[in-house]
Amino acid sequence: MKHSIRRRLGSGLAAGGVALAASTAAMGQGQELRIGYVAPITGIFAQQGKDMVDGFQFYLDEVKNDFGGAKVQFIVEDEQGKPDTAVTKAKKLILQDKIHILVGGLLATTGYALAPVSTADKTVYVVPIAAADDLTQRDLAKYPYMVRTGWSSSQPSHPFGQWACEQGYKKIVTIGADYAFGHEVVGGFQRAFEACGGQIIQKIWPPLGAQDFGPFIPTIKQDADAIFSLMVGPMSLRFPKQLAASGNKKPVIGGGTSYDEFVLPSMGDEVLGHVSVLQYSAALDTPSNAEFVKRYRAKYGKVPSYYSESNYTTAQMIHKVIADNKGQFPGQEEFVKQLASLKIDTIRGPVSIDDMRNPVQNIYIKKVEKKKMFGYDKNELWNTVIKTYPNVNQFGQFKKDEFLASPVYSRDFPPCKHCN
Amino acid sequence: MTSQRTKVLAVVAALVAIAIVIPSTNSFVILLATRALAFAILVMSLDILLGYTGLPSLGQAAYLGVGAYLTAILATRYQFGLGYDFWLVILLGMLGGAALAAVFGLLAMRATGVYFLMITLALGQCVWGLAYRWNSLTGGDNGINLRVRPQFGLNLANEVTFFYLVLGFFAVSLLAMYVLVRSPFGRSLAGIRERELRMQILGYNTWLHKYIAFIIAGAFGGLSGVLWAHTAGIVSPENLVLTTSVDALLMAVLGGAGTLVGGVIGAFIVFGLREYLSTVVPWWQYVLGGVYVLTILYLPTGLMGIPARIRQRRARSKEAIEETKLASVPS
Repeated sequence: MKHSIRRRLGSGLAAGGVALAASTAAMGQGQELRIGYVAPITGIFAQQGKDMVDGFQFYLDEVKNDFGGAKVQFIVEDEQGKPDTAVTKAKKLILQDKIHILVGGLLATTGYALAPVSTADKTVYVVPIAAADDLTQRDLAKYPYMVRTGWSSSQPSHPFGQWACEQGYKKIVTIGADYAFGHEVVGGFQRAFEACGGQIIQKIWPPLGAQDFGPFIPTIKQDADAIFSLMVGPMSLRFPKQLAASGNKKPVIGGGTSYDEFVLPSMGDEVLGHVSVLQYSAALDTPSNAEFVKRYRAKYGKVPSYYSESNYTTAQMIHKVIADNKGQFPGQEEFVKQLASLKIDTIRGPVSIDDMRNPVQNIYIKKVEKKKMFGYDKNELWNTVIKTYPNVNQFGQFKKDEFLASPVYSRDFPPCKHCN
Repeated sequence: MTSQRTKVLAVVAALVAIAIVIPSTNSFVILLATRALAFAILVMSLDILLGYTGLPSLGQAAYLGVGAYLTAILATRYQFGLGYDFWLVILLGMLGGAALAAVFGLLAMRATGVYFLMITLALGQCVWGLAYRWNSLTGGDNGINLRVRPQFGLNLANEVTFFYLVLGFFAVSLLAMYVLVRSPFGRSLAGIRERELRMQILGYNTWLHKYIAFIIAGAFGGLSGVLWAHTAGIVSPENLVLTTSVDALLMAVLGGAGTLVGGVIGAFIVFGLREYLSTVVPWWQYVLGGVYVLTILYLPTGLMGIPARIRQRRARSKEAIEETKLASVPS
């Protein structure tokens, strides 16, 4: 009995499969383009998820859901910050909603969970936020349908290490959230800083979500020239306050998420003068960014964070590819190929995609200042751009082959040779 | 006992119905059903502790984690378990779960009631912490991806085939646990649940009974983990987090503790509500919360307890009618 059911189902599934393949390759005027988006709408990352969706939606609203003739249907699903849920929702989007393109995922874990789904179901997966290095490095071959349009965790850290040497810092203490993203941002900085003569003399790892830095701040070595911090979410808010309260006089620098516009409006004077690095700053003084910030703020009541910008730019990039195909979806493999060879001017500057499907873009060194910008009449905290490194790829100043031959940045790599 | 036979027939009929109906729906429903079935094995293992021995454990996810991580590490590091040796991995998963339960049981069996709950919670969190921090083994919070399903004459990449495999394991687990709870050993567990002191006076080694039950639950938890690893394709510390254990507990209570199949019903309802409803409306969490609260308030014996309650109410109303009849007959 089971065999005959299976045979009938088998032929049914085969017929369904053929129909699906035919529909996705279908050429029709004003084709409907279904984009599935996976982000945490509920749970502890809900605020970042909202920024992500808002950024993408903002672009869609500006072009009235029209990508060069294709009508975009934007379907958002809640992944709750859990990789299992992300996979379930992605499968639902692919199998039930028959999306053409899968976008999204906040955490590195989510990126690692969704990438295999894209391979198994042969659906392009565009990654605007999840920054895990190896997705476009050592694990790239496993994910032929994945293209990253955001950044890799260590990408901004490489030029930043160079910049730190140029400032004359010789010894730096790092303190970063103890999880893969933290390890990669700090690791990239350490490699770059030590390559130009600097020394990381101490690496401190508060657990992700730590609220009290009391056990960590007093252990910071006194002979350090500066402190490098990598904080995320609520940690970004709490750490500078507690550091200032402890009487710290050393310069503080950090990864982009420590001072991103996601948390910056809630911060106080304790972060003035802190320097960080990312591929975007809302204070980027270009006409297109000024327009973007003013319009985004008018609509959503807050300055766009990199979560919003990255998704806005991703939507723009998808639009370009579809428009180049006269409003038709060119099929999964072709879309990946075209997206991966894109060169485009975006809000964050010129972006192109390298041969390992990660963006090559400007990296901005930014300093927190209190001032008026873009015609707003109040003094507010802004990440003023003080230096731009153009055309930075995910390997930075290092050779790609050497880079890939060494292990991925982790808690113990690069090893802390100067921590005694 | 005919009522027992009817119950068994009803369960068999339900399983057959699931086997026929689910594959003819769309792939997403098949996926959810597979997940619910894999997780239901864990819920049933918890039910043995909660419903049959009276031990509320909030750490069962640890055994799922052991089974899942074992599968994932063997598959990705040692290329083991992707052919006929999949069956060996099943065995190893169960042994791993049992071994961990044997160790944890020594600590947990010192307590009862709320304290047992707390100890199992803490032990579960220890395993989560290990999974999270032991980066070199578990990949930390990035988790481990299982890229392919095992191949042993069956194409398990086909969702329907895999569904049947998981259904098969589920049915066998259900049968095994059913035999267990109907056996003299299982009866003793029920006795311990009712009144442990009395069992001790009767000469039963209650500690040993509870300990063995704990180990058996751990073994089935490990089995659930192995299947879960292949169902989801990714294993991360999220599988071990406290909420997973809480989910299992809630599913067992929702379906009806002490009924084995109650756990399955609970699993299907919660998975259905959580995964399916959340794609339809954004306020699904209210619905789920409401279901939990209403169950605990009005249906503490769970959904499976409904027939018993109806019977009770009918019996009570019959008694009332009899009494009024007697009262109205002139003596």
